[in-house]
Amino acid sequence: MTQTLTRPATTVEPPPAPPRRRRHRDPSRFFRLHLPLVLYLLFTLIPFYWMIVFAFRPAGETALVPWPITLEHFDTVWNGIGFGLFFQNSLIIALGTLVVVTVFALMGGYALARFKFRGQRVFLLALLCTQFIPGAMMLIPLFVIFKSAGLLNSLTGLIIADTAFQLPLALILMSGFVRNVPVELEEAAMVDGCTRLRAFFAVTLPQLRPALVAVGSFAFIGAWNNFLFALMFASRQDKFTLPVGLSYALGEFNTDFGALAAGGVVAAVPVVLVFAVVQRFLVQGLSAGAVKG
Amino acid sequence: MRTRTWAPYALIAPTLLLMVVFLLYPIASVGWFSLRQHTVTQPWKNGFIGFENFRRMLFDDPLFWQSLVFSAKWVVVEVGLQLVLGLVLALIVNETFVGRALARSLVFSPWAVSGVLTTGIWILLYNPSTGIFQQLAQWGIGDPGTSVLGDPATVFPATVVTELWRGVPFFAILLLADLQTIPNDLYEAASVDGAGRWRRFVSVTLPHLRDAIVLSTLLRAVWEFNNVDLIYTLTGGGPANQTTTLPLYVARKAVDSHDFGYGSALTMAGFVILLFFSILYLRLSKFGSRA
Repeated sequence: MTQTLTRPATTVEPPPAPPRRRRHRDPSRFFRLHLPLVLYLLFTLIPFYWMIVFAFRPAGETALVPWPITLEHFDTVWNGIGFGLFFQNSLIIALGTLVVVTVFALMGGYALARFKFRGQRVFLLALLCTQFIPGAMMLIPLFVIFKSAGLLNSLTGLIIADTAFQLPLALILMSGFVRNVPVELEEAAMVDGCTRLRAFFAVTLPQLRPALVAVGSFAFIGAWNNFLFALMFASRQDKFTLPVGLSYALGEFNTDFGALAAGGVVAAVPVVLVFAVVQRFLVQGLSAGAVKG
Repeated sequence: MRTRTWAPYALIAPTLLLMVVFLLYPIASVGWFSLRQHTVTQPWKNGFIGFENFRRMLFDDPLFWQSLVFSAKWVVVEVGLQLVLGLVLALIVNETFVGRALARSLVFSPWAVSGVLTTGIWILLYNPSTGIFQQLAQWGIGDPGTSVLGDPATVFPATVVTELWRGVPFFAILLLADLQTIPNDLYEAASVDGAGRWRRFVSVTLPHLRDAIVLSTLLRAVWEFNNVDLIYTLTGGGPANQTTTLPLYVARKAVDSHDFGYGSALTMAGFVILLFFSILYLRLSKFGSRA
């Protein structure tokens, strides 16, 4: 680890025997790096910690490190308020959206990256333009469409709505990832007698594994977190998702902070775990030029 | 590769279909609804009324103008602070230090949290009986004060900080991704020329990040303009409509009063504003002109 601490800039004019240990004591590094990092970590983590403390602390106590912990708040939200069902609904919607978005993005991304076709530029422009469409402002027309299509209060309807809003960006990202896989590999396989389809599955798809993870988890997180569509299109309590359940907990149980916190933990754990795993792929993928399409 | 084939069209067909049905058609229908009186709860009054909704919006509705002003203030403050803090954070976690991977995971994690959950977390933190300020006051730091979300003097900063918590990681992730594409020899060359740390930042880092900054700022400004989840659940637009943005106003018209006609007119105003500022911003920043 000490080796990597030597910054590359100093290796240009190699000073005789770089004073490695002095680098550790470099006071500017403390103010430039450690202090702001610690402050920012506190800003990030204290709110999470506050929620966790409330979730595990018996009602009425104020200890900052609750012990013994209680699970009564989890029992209240999971069985009493129905977060068990909301969790299941959210999971179905998020996984459904993940699958549909990833498959369609892979198809469309491949088309954009590997073919030249008429209308390609217009299609790309349209994809970019969708990023300016406010979901909140589409509530009204979408509600009318969903009502006439019988998609209100249906998990399928929410998967469709989430997919429609996430697919354009996912497709742009995916086309960047596909472009980064050398086309020569695929062509070589086709010269060897593979069909294009076989070449894709045998050569290109395995290389796209990080891309599938990144795009898929994007979709999962987006669908898991979507609030307005679920609020507007699924008003029956047995179709509530976690954000909707949580928003009611905010209003109705405004004094039961333990239940609110426990509900928050239930909603947070899956996305934070997914994110911790894919965060690395995300930065790598974006810096590989995926965003520049 | 071959140019004329059905394959690419078949591949983009599902996406195209979804876009037409759930994005393009709704936009067109917003235009149609904006010319109608259309309230779901009072269907007998529904009908074509021309530009009446727009007249009402521009001349008879102070809340429209108020929400517009607040939207502008919200976007400028929120995006400005997120950009600066996100850039600083990206520079910090781009340095080499022990535990960097863990630090990145932790500081980026609020990005994955939904607006509603962010609200839940910060309501716990801000709550006037067992919140963070009461805890600090117990230790003799500051005074316990009252409810920061109920007090007109503190509701805006309290909301801004809450959204910063979730928003800064977005910029940090995008800018970090771009920082990693800067070739090291640029810095080495600058060092050879005697450039100090600040000089290297201004002459190498910033110009390289330019396009990423423009793009992420624009995207974020649009998203913050459209941000409804957090404000809707944190303040509900209050106290006294002080924190009502235009999309929140639309959402409340849609969700609470089901006034689709007038809500659609407000939506049209939102489209025009977004379009205008997006074009203006891209022009002013001469995006992509360097290539």
